[in-house]
Amino acid sequence: MENQLRNAIRKLLEEKTVDVAIGYGRVGVGGAVGAVFVTDPSEVDRLVWNAECRQNLAVHLSRPEVKALGKPAIVVKGCDARAVVVLANEGQIDRENVVVVGVVCEGIQGADASGVATGTLLDKCVTCVEHAAQNVDILIGDAAKAAELDAANAPNAKTAGKQAKLAALLQKTPEERFQYWRDEFSRCVRCHACRQSCPLCYCNRCVADKNRPTRIDTSATLKGNFAWNILRAFHLAGRCVGCGACSAACPAGIDLDLLNLTLANAADEQFGYVAGKELGAAPLIGTYAENDKEEFIR
Amino acid sequence: MNPETKTTGGFEPKIVAFVCNWCTYLGADLAGTNRLEYPANVRIVRLPCTGRVDFNLLVKAFEVGADAVLVSGCHPGDCHYAAGNFHARRRWGLFRELLDTLGVDSRRVHFSWISAAEGAKFQKLVTEIVEKTRELGPYEDYKAIVAEK
Ligand code: SF4
Ligand code: SF4
Ligand code: FES
Repeated sequence: MENQLRNAIRKLLEEKTVDVAIGYGRVGVGGAVGAVFVTDPSEVDRLVWNAECRQNLAVHLSRPEVKALGKPAIVVKGCDARAVVVLANEGQIDRENVVVVGVVCEGIQGADASGVATGTLLDKCVTCVEHAAQNVDILIGDAAKAAELDAANAPNAKTAGKQAKLAALLQKTPEERFQYWRDEFSRCVRCHACRQSCPLCYCNRCVADKNRPTRIDTSATLKGNFAWNILRAFHLAGRCVGCGACSAACPAGIDLDLLNLTLANAADEQFGYVAGKELGAAPLIGTYAENDKEEFIR
Repeated sequence: MNPETKTTGGFEPKIVAFVCNWCTYLGADLAGTNRLEYPANVRIVRLPCTGRVDFNLLVKAFEVGADAVLVSGCHPGDCHYAAGNFHARRRWGLFRELLDTLGVDSRRVHFSWISAAEGAKFQKLVTEIVEKTRELGPYEDYKAIVAEK
């Protein structure tokens, strides 16, 4: 598959269909997988594809320094592909001007503290039903295999993995839940890595950085950490595609996915909306229906 | 002043009500001109429209010591800006779920539609909220995270 991927990208670069390919390469410390930006067709061998391709590369699409490289091709997994769709739906990229190279993903493994793959699939992969990236221009890999994996996960997609963790949290009393988050957020150092790693946190100036007036504490006070994490999660309501980039980036190991998943579940349950599923879909927030549920309003 | 709020020494909840300029604010005003008394525990923050009520404002209210918050605007179909409240309603539906996962006390977060003609509804609702919040007591959980450095 890796060769197939390299060949496809080489062709795109050689024929000048694209100016740059954003893909995975062993660029980090100890050969850890990270993003590479290939502009020269003779360098496509830097590209890799394996179970350690954790990052969601879509985060680079809206960065000005990447845009400056010209028309991109981007390698995406199923979950990442949905982020590209949201970026297009929100007018952040011109979908016609990006070549999306989807891969059939058989699941990504977690990493231990030193970055070595654990052999265990990430939670999101346990419930994944999009092993073949959708809404792509080129698909690399065996679509039949992807369909098999999808079918295997489908029965538990709403109950296993992170869903199980969220369900367990919701079993607790509200006081216990508050205490749980209090403990978690007390470790937040406000590095904003969660924001920087998110393909959909693309604002040039984040409200968290504004100080005239200061909306939320800029330093890591517990109150500010609550405000920040509420803000980050809710700004992604109806938009988060569940790629887990934020949780993976968090140095404090806070399970931000649980907040994102809460909102994704609510979007699905209340409005039948799944972010990034459909190219051209109207954003969930920003539209409304006259019969939206309101039994909680007096 | 409502006799109940005259008690001294007891806990007096602080309620922050974010209301839209065109309906609920006028409803509250009508309650006043009709001399319908409601507890002074309610601090009214007037905004152009419920569509302007950023969820951060609710968080901020708790940060500065609110024991409960109310967001209220025009009934669906009556928004001065046509659809501000429809947009708001959708956001609230989602935001409530986030608060629930976080364990923020949902009994302290209220939403309502109150028109300019519903002074009596405003009086009744805020009185109810004040009473209920008085029973719940101060929002210690949130005050504790605010106090912690
Ligand atoms: S969620 Fe699906 S597409 Fe995304 S990394 Fe896991 S298996 Fe691959
Ligand atoms: S990545 Fe983690 S520690 Fe950093 S700001 Fe986000 S939640 Fe806080
Ligand atoms: S003006 Fe009252 S809700 Fe929009």
